[in-house]
Amino acid sequence: MIEGSGYTKLRIKMILTTLGFSLIPLLILGFTIYRQFEAAHTAKIVQHLNHITENKRRTIDLFLNERLSQLMAIAYTHKLEYFLESGTLERVFTLMQARSKYYIDLGIIDQDGNHVMYTGPYQAIRTANYKDQEWFDQVQAKGFYISDVFMGRRNYPHFIIAVSRRDGDRNWILRATIDSDIFDSLVQSDQLGANGDAFLLNSESILQSKPRFGAKLLGKMDLGSYARFPGVRTESITVDGKPYLFGLTWLENKNWMLAIRDDPAEELTPLAHTRSTVWIILAGGFLLIAGGTILTSNTILSQLLESEREKASLNASLTQSSKMASLGKMAAGVAHEINNPLAIIKEQAGWMRDLLGEEDIKASPNFKEFADSITKIEFHVTRAKDVTHRLLGFARRMDPVHDDVNINEVILQTITFLQNEARYRAIEIDTNLQKDLPYVASDPAQLQQVCLNIIDNAIDAIGKDGNIHVATMAVHDPDEVIITIKDSGPGIPKEKLDKIFDPFFTTKKVGEGTGLGLTISFSIIQKLGGRLKVESEEGHGATFIISLPMH
Amino acid sequence: MDTHILLVDDEADFVETLTKRFRIRKIPVAAAGSGAEALKLLEEQEFDVVILDVRMPGMGGMELLRLIRAKYPLTEVIMLTGHASLETGMQGMSMGAYDYVLKPADFDELLDKVRRAAERKALNVRAQSGN
Repeated sequence: MIEGSGYTKLRIKMILTTLGFSLIPLLILGFTIYRQFEAAHTAKIVQHLNHITENKRRTIDLFLNERLSQLMAIAYTHKLEYFLESGTLERVFTLMQARSKYYIDLGIIDQDGNHVMYTGPYQAIRTANYKDQEWFDQVQAKGFYISDVFMGRRNYPHFIIAVSRRDGDRNWILRATIDSDIFDSLVQSDQLGANGDAFLLNSESILQSKPRFGAKLLGKMDLGSYARFPGVRTESITVDGKPYLFGLTWLENKNWMLAIRDDPAEELTPLAHTRSTVWIILAGGFLLIAGGTILTSNTILSQLLESEREKASLNASLTQSSKMASLGKMAAGVAHEINNPLAIIKEQAGWMRDLLGEEDIKASPNFKEFADSITKIEFHVTRAKDVTHRLLGFARRMDPVHDDVNINEVILQTITFLQNEARYRAIEIDTNLQKDLPYVASDPAQLQQVCLNIIDNAIDAIGKDGNIHVATMAVHDPDEVIITIKDSGPGIPKEKLDKIFDPFFTTKKVGEGTGLGLTISFSIIQKLGGRLKVESEEGHGATFIISLPMH
Repeated sequence: MDTHILLVDDEADFVETLTKRFRIRKIPVAAAGSGAEALKLLEEQEFDVVILDVRMPGMGGMELLRLIRAKYPLTEVIMLTGHASLETGMQGMSMGAYDYVLKPADFDELLDKVRRAAERKALNVRAQSGN
């Protein structure tokens, strides 16, 4: 039996193979689905971010455009003289402020850089001169100027929008100061989520609006340096050691970059959920698969072991049978070979005994010794003969004979054995044997034994005065030969009918029968491949039916 | 006893000793070592009883039995069988042998059977000649 290491290796191999083939697809599936989801999710977020960034940019650009348009409208609809009149600027400014509360002040500057008119809270400005300032040249060259946010003289974060106008041979500038708070309100909104942020940066990464987290207004927010690019870009930028997703875009009217930072929680949480879900499913799947695999392979292996064991025991019994069969044949041969020498020895001893009968030898002093020796020789030869005959009998029983048996012959022979007995008891035995009954492959001696037993039983059952019918016939489908033995005895009562083949069951008095005859007959017929049945009714005799297969 | 016996067996020692034992009892006996030899002797002399071994090389005992019963129906045959098979014995009987004896044989038993076989022959002869 190959238990132990051979099966352990097989078990491990089976389990690993099944696990491999089950888990690898599972893992690939889980991984792929997760990646797909990640990609889709990220795409959605990026799209959303792009969308918000673009919208915001448009809003801010629109705002700046409108302010510019507003100032230009004011500057180009009136001549400078109009504004130099006292009170005009105040009126215009009040009008402007009525709609937009973020205007802080309004001023007119001449081509020499002097503040010629001013309305607003910072009267000290009136004395300022801007001739040397960069914006002064720019506004005159370009026609308009939007500044960055700065603290300036007002000590308050603000920015200015200025437009210049050529009036004949004069240039003059209309300049408005705007509270930079407006940007904060434009830039920030609920759309950003709980942890999102948005701010404006100028080309030197100086914040032009107040972010919710981190740096302060006019502080530096280094997101890397970006040359001006069209449209919206989404970048992952690490700030303070943490990576964030940013939507970046440049304003059209000003060299400011709008940066919108995505709410990391919003981005990460669904992914984290998915990841943990995938892991849980994978773990669950793995446990199931592992459990199932181990169970299945254990079952298969134990069945394998079982069938191996059965095979081994079958082999053993087969070997045993064939050993016994060859032993039987050997025994027969040996006994046979011994019987001949034994016979000769017996005759020699007998001859010596005969010679001892002669007169002259009787006188010999050793006569008695001779006689005794011969007796002993004969005795032990007989003893040896008993052994060989027993051996031969044993061998014969082990070797099932398969002869072509003429059943009719066997029956007739059997009847001759019992003829005298039957006649003595006035019982007639008649036969109805099918002519040309086909030969049956069987054991004639054993068949005879069975017939003898049954007919003998019938004779005993009848007792005196009766008859026994023996008939044979061949039937087809299945191909069988049927022997029926019917007696005119008292029959067998129903309650005894199914016990009749039981061992030691007899209706005879003690000492008259062993109760084994029918049991042995039944088993003989069964071993010959046939069936033995009995039909009887109390008071109407009994019929024994033997059926034997023809092939 | 005036019975003429023919012994047929291929075992020389056996035949020799058996012959001596019959002769010392004043029973005329001839011996043959094979079926062919036996048939030859049967042609030359009349025998009352033939004792033959069933297992012989060449012409087997059963074949010899068949020939003897066919050619010399009055001569009785007693079979000696060493391999104690009931089938052979009964088969021989059904072929007309008078009886069979298992080897190693008891001489007295054999003698008794020979006597009775001879008696039957004598009866048959008398019946044939119309008595």
